[in-house]
Amino acid sequence: MAKLESKIPTGPLADKWSTYKSEALKLVNPANKRKYEVIVVGAGLAGASAAATLAELGYKVKCFVFHDTPRRAHSIAAQGGINAAKNYQNDGDSVHRLYYDTIKGGDYRSREANVHRLAEVSVNIIDQCVAQGVPFAREYGGLLANRSFGGAQVSRTFYARGQTGQQLLLGAYSALMKEAGRGAVEVHPFEEMSDLVVIEGQAKGIITRNLVSGEIRRWSADAVILATGGYGNVFNLSTYARGSNATAAWRAYKRGACFANPCFTQIHPTCIPVSGDYQSKLTLMSESLRNDGRIWVPKNAADCDKPASQIPEEARDYYLERIYPSFGNLAPRDVSSRAAMRMCDEGRGVGPGKRGVYLDFADAIQRLTEDGVRERYGNLFDIYHEITNENAYKQPMRIYPAVHYTMGGLWVDYNLMSNVPGLFVLGEANFSDHGANRLGASALMQGLADGYFVIPYTIGNYLATQKPGSRPKTDATEFAQAEQNVRDINDRLLGANGKEPVSHFHKRLGLIMWENCGMARTKESLQKAIKLIPELRAEYWQNVRVPGSGATLNQSLENASRVADYMELSELMCRDALAREESCGGHFREEYQYPDGECKRDDANFGHVAAWEYQGDGKDPLRNVEPLNYEFTQMSVRSYK
Amino acid sequence: MVAESSEKNINVTLRVWRQAGPNQPGKFVEYQAKNCNPNMSFLEMLDVVNDSLVTQGEEPIAFAHDCREGICGTCNLVIDGKPHGPHKAIATCQTYMRSFADGAVITVEPFRAKPFPVIKDLITDRSAFDKIQQAGGFISVRTGAGADANATPISKDNADLAMDAAQCIGCGACVAACKNASAMLFVAAKVSQFSLLPQGQPERDRRVLAMVAKMDELGFGSCTNQYECSAACPKLISHDFIARMNRDYIKATIRQTFKPKSNAVAGGA
Repeated sequence: MAKLESKIPTGPLADKWSTYKSEALKLVNPANKRKYEVIVVGAGLAGASAAATLAELGYKVKCFVFHDTPRRAHSIAAQGGINAAKNYQNDGDSVHRLYYDTIKGGDYRSREANVHRLAEVSVNIIDQCVAQGVPFAREYGGLLANRSFGGAQVSRTFYARGQTGQQLLLGAYSALMKEAGRGAVEVHPFEEMSDLVVIEGQAKGIITRNLVSGEIRRWSADAVILATGGYGNVFNLSTYARGSNATAAWRAYKRGACFANPCFTQIHPTCIPVSGDYQSKLTLMSESLRNDGRIWVPKNAADCDKPASQIPEEARDYYLERIYPSFGNLAPRDVSSRAAMRMCDEGRGVGPGKRGVYLDFADAIQRLTEDGVRERYGNLFDIYHEITNENAYKQPMRIYPAVHYTMGGLWVDYNLMSNVPGLFVLGEANFSDHGANRLGASALMQGLADGYFVIPYTIGNYLATQKPGSRPKTDATEFAQAEQNVRDINDRLLGANGKEPVSHFHKRLGLIMWENCGMARTKESLQKAIKLIPELRAEYWQNVRVPGSGATLNQSLENASRVADYMELSELMCRDALAREESCGGHFREEYQYPDGECKRDDANFGHVAAWEYQGDGKDPLRNVEPLNYEFTQMSVRSYK
Repeated sequence: MVAESSEKNINVTLRVWRQAGPNQPGKFVEYQAKNCNPNMSFLEMLDVVNDSLVTQGEEPIAFAHDCREGICGTCNLVIDGKPHGPHKAIATCQTYMRSFADGAVITVEPFRAKPFPVIKDLITDRSAFDKIQQAGGFISVRTGAGADANATPISKDNADLAMDAAQCIGCGACVAACKNASAMLFVAAKVSQFSLLPQGQPERDRRVLAMVAKMDELGFGSCTNQYECSAACPKLISHDFIARMNRDYIKATIRQTFKPKSNAVAGGA
């Protein structure tokens, strides 16, 4: 049984982090820092900011990405913005309020201390990014502009048009390039992590496959940081980049790192609906659109086939404004997504297949003019036009929820260290800050908080316990064994010589997950998925076809290896969803709801983190529990009405 | 920007560049893409062609892609001679089959430029861009050293212009479109973003000199003011930034030559 010590410092909530930093955390002296080598896997917001900052501090850093350059990570696609408790708007914001909104938004399934720390460092992030030259939106007076986002009643979101993620990532990337240029970071592009090396219970290296040469390589280090993003591509169709994958995290799980709350997935309410079975991905329309757009469906199912312009005002149901008057169109993501699903289930959906709702800008255009709307959201309207060939200035957008983010991830303590000492997990890849639902504009905040302002302090606390220069050589047996494991997986995939391409299986898996472990789950649907997935997995290993060789660039092999991991992770997600007999945030069990369809939590029995521990192939994983002790905030019924 | 919607599925013939590896000969190979839904993206069409190749036991066409929403800069196809295809202001992944006529013959190639060698089929190595960034594409600020974000007001006009430049997705279409394989638009966008902001001033001269020198060293050509780069840019980054960079470069060169320099050396107690 894994030891799950959250290591949350004692003392008042608002003082925990500052006291911990100044009194409890061990330091590494500058002359010793250069003797430690740290591996960072991934270069999204969390990975790039961590790699750059650790290098600035004097550690030797190696950064691995499967992309051709670190600037491609999918953080780049985040549109809307980043939250920070700056209170530049003088509208009542504070660190405490950001903390409270975030923990409430997460439906009281995150740790108080982690979330408070996140809110505290949020202000430093904005300072850092501005200093790096990130061109945030500004007012005419030259000061920073803000907008509001779901789940908040203040305007605390900083943004750079609809490309905030891009600008923040390029800021972190520029810091990484600065350090790479002076030789403090070695960047390894096209190098995908395929296994974790654990020696005497501690993470001491990784195995990679070079995606260009096919070479399998060993790398040793004093500590390993995974910043490898989320696992939403389990669903096949999602807003994730096609290359985003769970392999690094999953293989670390199989080396002993616990996987926490895997069933907590976020379904984003405003995405462009599916158009055909050839579809490779879904595209998000930023939540910021809900600042000015109004969501509706026809009151009568009979009107659904009419063009929107022929449905008069009184025949429209602005259901979010009706059901959630105080938050209206800015209700949190999980709440909005389920409301859209309910409308479509009632037969009031619009567009092809009737799986869509309207997001209407007619009022906003009247208020702000078409140019005013274009200035705020022009690029999003362009994206919508490219994909659907429809002009959203003239007719409402059609949107539908899609998989967008995963709150679950590898379990970490307050130091962001997993239960495998020496293995740290940052950003979306860990589980720690968003509970059961992430609020908009919080992912960018968390990624950068972890990388710029948390790991630089906490990693020293671990490294100080490791003798400088004691990292193992790569000829250790554990390295050889891990390398062989990677070779075996790849050889098996290349040798299966079946009939169907990888995509065939990925689509089928995605459908099983969407139908049975998607926006609404039941005991029956989850049991069904837990039966279907192993069957599909067995078929996969028998009947997948991966042409070519492993000794060259082979995209089929890359995909096959990632999908092999989804075939296992998906089952764990269903097991977790089945075991969590309550509804909370993004995890909605139909059996547990209030009469109005809202989530019914069970704090007494499930006010905890479920951290799953691998027990070996073919054996049921072990469900460990970390109780969530709420000392400062009361777990209450989350209401946005 | 986008062709009128057509409901009918179409058939097209692809002439695709296949090349087994770097420094190996390549050639065009023909494939049929049948019954394509006009709302399918060009890359989704390639996915379908690839799946049928795999089913037949052939190696699929290697092509670079990731976000498939025009922001990561990974996709880089030359379609019928145009980097990122027939339409303006979009990346390859935002090209849809409705842009092609039924029966069309479509030529698909990788970006062609000496500093971007082909790795396999349609995938090229664009790591030269990272090297240019390392030469000076940053503001040297240690984490935690920034002042309060509102301490330095920046005029909205300058912030907006900096954002126009900062939108570059690093795809390399500007280089592929240029007959000289110049990276001037790419470099100018980064240089201009920082030179428009107060934060970028202390390193303004050394940045432009170092990035231009690195660009030249890596074998990118010179700019001869044809502006094919900005026409091919998926983010429509303006060639005006090249003029801005040239001004910066000249001023920096003069200052470099004539500005008095301190004799002090680092060190001390």
